[in-house]
Amino acid sequence: MTRIREAFSGGRKAFIPFITCGDPDTGTTKAVVHEAVKNGADIVELGIPFSDPTAEGAVIQSANYRALKGGITTDKVFAMVRELREDISIPLVFMTYANVVFSYGSDKFISSCHDIGIDGLIIPDLPYEEKDEFLPYCRKNDVALISMVAPTSEARIEMIAREAEGFLYVVSSLGVTGTRSEITTDLGAIIRAVRRSSDIPCAIGFGISTPEQARNMAGIADGVIVGSAIVKIIAQYGREAPKHVGEFLRSMKGAICSSTASGGSRQSSPA
Amino acid sequence: MTNKAGRFGVHGGQYIPETLMNAVNELERAYNHWKDDAGFNAELTALLNDYAGRPSRLYYARRMTEDLGGAKIYLKREDLNHTGAHKINNVLGQALLARRMGKTRLIAETGAGQHGVATATAAALMGMSCVVFMGVEDTIRQALNVYRMRLLGAEVVPVKTGTGTLKDAVSEAFREWTSRIDDTHYCLGSVMGPHPFPVIVRDFQAVISREIRAQVMEREGRLPDCVIACVGGGSNAIGSFYHFLNDETVRLIGCEAAGRGIDTFETAATISTGRLGIFHGMKSYFCQDEFGQIAPVYSISAGLDYPGIGPEHAHLHDTGRAEYVPVTDEEAVRAFEYLSRTEGIIPAIESAHALSHAMKIAPGMGRDKVIVVTVSGRGDKDCAAIARYRGENIHD
Repeated sequence: MTRIREAFSGGRKAFIPFITCGDPDTGTTKAVVHEAVKNGADIVELGIPFSDPTAEGAVIQSANYRALKGGITTDKVFAMVRELREDISIPLVFMTYANVVFSYGSDKFISSCHDIGIDGLIIPDLPYEEKDEFLPYCRKNDVALISMVAPTSEARIEMIAREAEGFLYVVSSLGVTGTRSEITTDLGAIIRAVRRSSDIPCAIGFGISTPEQARNMAGIADGVIVGSAIVKIIAQYGREAPKHVGEFLRSMKGAICSSTASGGSRQSSPA
Repeated sequence: MTNKAGRFGVHGGQYIPETLMNAVNELERAYNHWKDDAGFNAELTALLNDYAGRPSRLYYARRMTEDLGGAKIYLKREDLNHTGAHKINNVLGQALLARRMGKTRLIAETGAGQHGVATATAAALMGMSCVVFMGVEDTIRQALNVYRMRLLGAEVVPVKTGTGTLKDAVSEAFREWTSRIDDTHYCLGSVMGPHPFPVIVRDFQAVISREIRAQVMEREGRLPDCVIACVGGGSNAIGSFYHFLNDETVRLIGCEAAGRGIDTFETAATISTGRLGIFHGMKSYFCQDEFGQIAPVYSISAGLDYPGIGPEHAHLHDTGRAEYVPVTDEEAVRAFEYLSRTEGIIPAIESAHALSHAMKIAPGMGRDKVIVVTVSGRGDKDCAAIARYRGENIHD
């Protein structure tokens, strides 16, 4: 968990790329993770595929199907992360659905996360009301159970933020994952609401695909999560994707670094 | 720290994205406010009676009873409801609730198309817009129902993701709800999904067992020995069981779709072949592989072709209060044909699963025993598919 905090330390704007594991194979995923680290990723979010990813748009759904068709399993993802950890030290977090964790055995899954060097867990179908499903195992194994807030959260924001761990995943807009031409939610207001009860770092995700969007989001929040735009490049180039993803990530990282902290940032407001 | 909303034993809960939490909380508040409201209930009852044709008949199947030579068989005729299935009971309730919540748009998933047709019907009746998500495979299997929904003014979205069946339609309806909540109510069709849906749908379907109880008492002067219904998500079954749950003498039997058999992968029998999991907002039993990937289930019946079961059924299975048995395609088709010839009633292929089990157990029960089988829907929609199953190529 401390590794996640360090990724946001000193006012750094964390860049958090998302990659679906095993799309199209684990070799490509590993190469993409290495490209991500080389091009300035501060945290990498690794998606463990699920057959029915209800919070995903078409792009990440397809990546899940491709990876499962390619034979990816939870055990193969764990083995891949073990290999990645031989030379990668930035925080790695898993994004997957509740059933993938639960059916493996929650305790066994989360203690394996600890053993292979996973720092956090993002579960989009686990709201605040159900987090006791996994929280005791996460506490025991020092794995951050990362909470989400959405544009519809309203009065729930402070309750969620107060108990949030690692970083808070701020969902930029209604709907599922996928690129959006514009993001109209008043994200500044959401982050101000978070700040009223917590100093948890806030990273914005869903729909961020261009350097300009990344720059804007980094101006509002402490971190930027980019998923579908990367997965799209992998869908297009397959095993040749790593170098193309690398170029894209470099442009996004540059944009995030060029942003200036605005009034909503964690460092400029009282905790 | 957390509340345990909507639990049936360990089952149920609210495993959904944060984006939907306020929507389900708002729905729960609205439901709790209106469910005991006299005006709401008067309006619902008037619609159920005058529009949907309730109470549905409890029909003594004399020829079937005599032919099987055992227990007396009554059929609860949900197939005679307007739109041809039990689905309308729940939909009228939810549509009224949605209107009181200020929603102007209904979305729904559908498998066989019966829930989609019922939702499209209620939307037309109440002047609401309607979008129905239906697996692309099911739009082919149930082409007639697609046309009916369009005729009623609904938009039908064929869902091509995953296996292109009911579970994918549910996923897509949830995705749609996540993107448009303000004016939209997700009219879920079964006793599944996150709390409060399993409670709301059960309560609106409980009219079935309320009527069975009164009707059997009137005819037989006592409670039935056994109530049998088919189970996909389980809405007609929970509706048929609910008012008998405290009567331990009444056996409650849910019939799952075994497809080509529970020893094959081509099955949808969740209790027989599934294990505990978390999916579509609930903890319950699901057909899944060792890593929790949801299984691509199969049944000849599009309405039972679902890899899970409602959380209250999962709990009734755990406690032993209800029994769940698998019925294969072949057995269901034989029951479909049997009831058509014996009683002149063409049942939905879903309901034929329940009828098949009644055919199995009735001969072994005494003539003084009473079985009620819920005929959840009419079988007109299935004629083309059953003809194809029997090798005849007719057009819908």
